[in-house]
Amino acid sequence: MSLRADTPAPPDARVRRFGPAQRWVHRGTAALMGVCVLTAACLYIPQLAVLVGRRELVVRVHEWAGLALPVPVLLGLASRAFRADLRFLNRFGPHDRVWLWAALSRDKRRSSRPAGKFNAGQKVYAAWIAGAALVMLGTGLMMWFTRLTPLVWRTSATFVHDWLALTIGVVLAGHIGMALGDPEARRGLRTGMVSSRWAEREHPLWRP
Amino acid sequence: MNPEPPEGPEAQGRPVGRRVLLGTLALGALGVATAPVLQRGMEGLLGGLSDEDPTGLTGLLPNGGGFRYYSVAASVPHRSPANYRLTVDGLVDHPRTYTLADLRALPQTRLVRDVQCVTGWRVPGTPFQGVTLSRLLDAAGVSAAGRAVRFTCFDGTYSESLTLEQARRRDVLVALRMQDKDIGHDHGGPVRLYVAPMYFYKSAKWLSGITVTDRVRPGYWERLGYDVDAWVGRSNGRTDEPTS
Repeated sequence: MSLRADTPAPPDARVRRFGPAQRWVHRGTAALMGVCVLTAACLYIPQLAVLVGRRELVVRVHEWAGLALPVPVLLGLASRAFRADLRFLNRFGPHDRVWLWAALSRDKRRSSRPAGKFNAGQKVYAAWIAGAALVMLGTGLMMWFTRLTPLVWRTSATFVHDWLALTIGVVLAGHIGMALGDPEARRGLRTGMVSSRWAEREHPLWRP
Repeated sequence: MNPEPPEGPEAQGRPVGRRVLLGTLALGALGVATAPVLQRGMEGLLGGLSDEDPTGLTGLLPNGGGFRYYSVAASVPHRSPANYRLTVDGLVDHPRTYTLADLRALPQTRLVRDVQCVTGWRVPGTPFQGVTLSRLLDAAGVSAAGRAVRFTCFDGTYSESLTLEQARRRDVLVALRMQDKDIGHDHGGPVRLYVAPMYFYKSAKWLSGITVTDRVRPGYWERLGYDVDAWVGRSNGRTDEPTS
């Protein structure tokens, strides 16, 4: 939240944060995840189920959107820039430990939040949501193709699918909430470019 | 990792991201493995909480208890006591149409059984009250060729069926009341079928037609792969405790 955001600042240098590959992977994944969440809500929340009905169609859309959810990332692997970003997300340096400690102790000072291209919170989020999506895919397939697995598994899969869905809903709301609070981060994903001032402030260790 | 050209200090460091991802996967697998135990614990906890929860929000949590609303139609018209009609026809000697008042005037049977959905949720000890289906069939006089009963619904889409033998059971009702209240629209009111010993998809909501047929015509979900003889605990690959 910069006080200068609304005042006409001198033309700020722009730096490239994301290429087309990363932006389209994010868009595709976000759209599919959105379909999954909306259809899940229509299947699960009684008031919405009453409003929408058409249970069989909603189930089909939910299943196919879920199955397609990993596809944008898999396609993205063809891009060198996307693979480089995955490597940044994967690797945690000493500064990430500092960032996480500061986040846990609610220390909001810039100096205690060192970050490269992605901060430690973004790295943890990316890894967790990827794992959670795969768990949802696995349990979802067990519920979909009911004859493939023994009955006990299927009931257990439903249990994990339901509770993890709720958890993902909360975490996703946090992810979207933080994006809503940071217009420059959103601009980065929309246009690929961010201001160098923002990059310096939010990701001081990033060398674009 | 393949040897890639170095990308500066940022690409160094420990692969914590991969560990978090694999850890999440492992937790998911552990969750599936321990779900039977976890689920019993959760049901106990949430069952206790929902008794004291005035907001009803616990009902939205998985296994929070209570019924879930399933409709296969885009929208379902409302029927009032004034315009509700139930027809009994097909292979019968005396086809007839009942109003809600006609059905209420007949002797009522009250059953208290668990409701078991094929998707897993179960609502314990739910009272249903109505006219036994066998009474309506006897009144219509099933002809010799009759072998099965087909049910149709005023949502315009759903259908169900039973063999004549199943339909004549004492625990199969044309239900007018559920949980000791008149059945509301969302629960399939004013009149729904209640087949106590079978999975709840057999208990067709918004019942409007009973047709005696010469053979079983699979209903809506049965054409999509669910069992026609849907005994709780002995069909659809499930082993739930029988309900009736």
